[in-house]
Amino acid sequence: MDASVQPPADSAAKPFRLRWWRLTAFARDRGAVVAGVVLLAITAGAIFAPWLSPHGPYEADNLLRFAPPGTDGYLLGTDQQGRDMVARLLWGGRVSLAVGVVPTLCASAIGLFLGMLAGYARGIVDQVIMRTLDVLFAFPMVLLAIAIAGVLTPGVGTEILSITIVLIPYVGRLARTATLGVVSMPYIEAARAAGGTPLAIMLRYVLPNVFSPIIVYATTLMGLMIVVGSGLSFLGLGVQPPMADWGAMVSDGRVVLRRAPHVTVLPGALILIASLAFNFIGDGLRDALDPRAGRR
Amino acid sequence: MGSFVGKRLLGVLPVMFGVSVVIFVLMHLAPGDVATVLLGPQATEAAKLELRHALGLDQPLPLQYATWLWRTASGNLGTSIATQIPVSALVLPRFVNTLILTVASLFLSMAIGYSVGLFAALRGGSLLDRGVMSLTLIAGSTPPFWLGLILVLLFALRLRWLPVSGMVDMAGDGGVPDVLVHLILPAITTALGPAAIITRMVRSSVREALDRPHVRVARAKGLKRGTLLRRHVILNALPPVMTITGLQLGYLMGGALLTEVVFAWPGLGSLLYDSVTARDMPVVQATALLIALTFVLVNILVDFINVVLDPRLREA
Amino acid sequence: MNDTVLDVRNLRTRFGPARGGITAVDGVSLTLRRGRTTALVGESGSGKSVTALSIMRLIEPPGRIVDGEVLLDGQDLMRADERAMERIRGARIGMVFQDPLTSLNPALTIGSQIAETILAHETIGNAEAFARGVRLLEHVGVADAAQRARDYPHHFSGGMRQRALIAAAIACRPEIIIADEPTTALDVTVQAKILRLLHDLQQEMHASLLLITHDLGVVAAMADDVLVMYAGRVVERADVDTLFHAPKHPYTRALLACIAGVEDDRHAKLEPIGGAPPDLRNPPAGCRFAPRCQWADAACRATDPALRRVGPGQDVACIRVAEALVDA
Repeated sequence: MDASVQPPADSAAKPFRLRWWRLTAFARDRGAVVAGVVLLAITAGAIFAPWLSPHGPYEADNLLRFAPPGTDGYLLGTDQQGRDMVARLLWGGRVSLAVGVVPTLCASAIGLFLGMLAGYARGIVDQVIMRTLDVLFAFPMVLLAIAIAGVLTPGVGTEILSITIVLIPYVGRLARTATLGVVSMPYIEAARAAGGTPLAIMLRYVLPNVFSPIIVYATTLMGLMIVVGSGLSFLGLGVQPPMADWGAMVSDGRVVLRRAPHVTVLPGALILIASLAFNFIGDGLRDALDPRAGRR
Repeated sequence: MGSFVGKRLLGVLPVMFGVSVVIFVLMHLAPGDVATVLLGPQATEAAKLELRHALGLDQPLPLQYATWLWRTASGNLGTSIATQIPVSALVLPRFVNTLILTVASLFLSMAIGYSVGLFAALRGGSLLDRGVMSLTLIAGSTPPFWLGLILVLLFALRLRWLPVSGMVDMAGDGGVPDVLVHLILPAITTALGPAAIITRMVRSSVREALDRPHVRVARAKGLKRGTLLRRHVILNALPPVMTITGLQLGYLMGGALLTEVVFAWPGLGSLLYDSVTARDMPVVQATALLIALTFVLVNILVDFINVVLDPRLREA
Repeated sequence: MNDTVLDVRNLRTRFGPARGGITAVDGVSLTLRRGRTTALVGESGSGKSVTALSIMRLIEPPGRIVDGEVLLDGQDLMRADERAMERIRGARIGMVFQDPLTSLNPALTIGSQIAETILAHETIGNAEAFARGVRLLEHVGVADAAQRARDYPHHFSGGMRQRALIAAAIACRPEIIIADEPTTALDVTVQAKILRLLHDLQQEMHASLLLITHDLGVVAAMADDVLVMYAGRVVERADVDTLFHAPKHPYTRALLACIAGVEDDRHAKLEPIGGAPPDLRNPPAGCRFAPRCQWADAACRATDPALRRVGPGQDVACIRVAEALVDA
């Protein structure tokens, strides 16, 4: 799970511009389109949870605990406190998706900035940034996330913070490699000679070229972080009861695994589907934005 | 080549220094007061003050860090707050258990990854190939803790073929076969994600190696297919595969962590989790440090193997 | 009399789908005689390399050989199974490829890559094979061979790598050596030495050399017989003297007009050939060179000419030549 976090070796080697027409190639990749639709459906479900769920996520009915899927009024059954699974899944999706997307976006922004800075400035700035990131790299990802999340007060905010911190070195390293690739191009020399300020050069030339691999990478990361984030919640280090996300729901279902497997199976399946969808989209984006990086 | 290893090992020091700082800072960011935890909320202020002084907690932070670092480096890892056992006694057997799980998972993921990846690569473009690639995508997106529970549901609870959790059967006399049986489900759970990654890497690396010009030249010499594959394809496909495999070993230690919790496997991961939850800082520090150090050393070992495999890297 | 070593008849190799693919080699026939050097000349895309690879059965999908016979001492290589081909490659036909920089495996020593040819065909020990490899390396002109055989390819210069590749190709003393543009990727100063090496080895082993090149200078220096290829076909076949002194096919004549001779007036213009080779996905119906030929007429564009004997040992595929209407 964790090692797929490493970006592919050649993704930063060839900088290229983000061209919007290439996204039409994306639309032709059926797998990616299906994945996009699925993801949209899940996201919509999460956003419109209050209107879509037949019951509230905290409405417990003690008489109806562990009702199997298909019980009257409860399409997917109930959990250990008699709460509607559909409602719990929809509301839980909000947190799970947020924990996957938000830290990735933050880490991408920060990592992009740091990586570009290191790659463009070189010298002591580069050394300092990379050495610091190396320290973070010395921890296996899950370990660092647990250490941070466990040490601070548990909660969704802590979860998001810890995942963000864990991801920054990965994005940073990719951004730096991509920046190094761009900076070695002759047109950067030309731009400098023409009197461009470093900031202007970075924004006009470096950023567009570094953007593409970062986007592809970030999409795949989102899928992975949904899994990692739900892992943290599973361990009790994320959302606190009664609020729940899919990871916490899987954990709740552990004790009744035998009697009522649906409590565990359903949320986990959703994690799998959401993560898979992100991966497909990431693959599709990569193929669309840079056909040269194809695997065939 | 010896100097290469020497240089890399030397480079470990600053990183580990940074790691220790991070761990130390993290511990001190933790809310909650050790004295309150130990003595209970009922204790008097004076008693807490005395305990803090005894534990050296009223010293300036850099001094505390230096003391801690010095003690750790000389092998004194402190005493667990929760159990009052010396941390080193606690940590080492757990380290071994985690090693067992990690190594078993690594071998499993390598066995699956290399064989399936090679299989798919040699049948490039076919239905089997594409089926395999889809499977790896699914396997890579599966949350391991959920997978572990599903496996337990199926094989331990429903079919009763395998044990539910733990490393040995409490009622039995232990021994290697017992451990092996308990190892099956946790190893599969931990190995699946890395196996998917290795499969993809093997497949793409072998496909790429197959296209290189020297393969055709070797065919023109009349080499038999097996020899050709071995010397001119697989050998050349190895370096990125080795890198990825090596990365797995380090990440497996992190991934095994979740599996240990699910399966109650008595390793470093479950120890870390328990001690983080219990706020048993000495244990957390020692465990985190140990895992980080192992991870870093493993990465150096992997780089070393890479250099052995690709002579061009030796001069770099 | 029968010193024919290799007899290629009507070889046809296609790439791509049945509909819309190209026929890179379209009915090529040639004969290699013992001890002689045959040159296969043509521009890029004429099909000369594909011909060589087809003979060796080294064509891989999306390419496939669709027709023809390749008789090696009476045995048709097109019908041989892969095992039989493995025994023939390297042992009876050795091949030297174009780019020495990518033709060697960077992860193996030079010596082991020479030795592996021997090990593939003879049952001897590794040490002995390696020792023979060292001797071969010496024989092809690499100084300090015993030491250099333990080096890796990236320590060798382009010329030396090509020597090593030649050593590997001739390690089992094959009857036929195929050299596909062996000097194209090398410095000019090195080219002559490599060609000389090939020549000496061929003489010494009394082998047949099939030399593929686009360089007429190389042809003049090395070849006994020449075949000129254009758009997948052989358009002229003659011995080297006849070809250079009395070329008949318009393409051959145009080729020779492109290069300057020593005796030419230094101010004389070089005459390039106008136009471009045909798109092989849609080859012209008649003679393939007709669009660029100054003597082409309607008959040329309608009918596809076959190779016809027009003089002693000279075959040409051209209607006008056959009609003796073109001035010899």
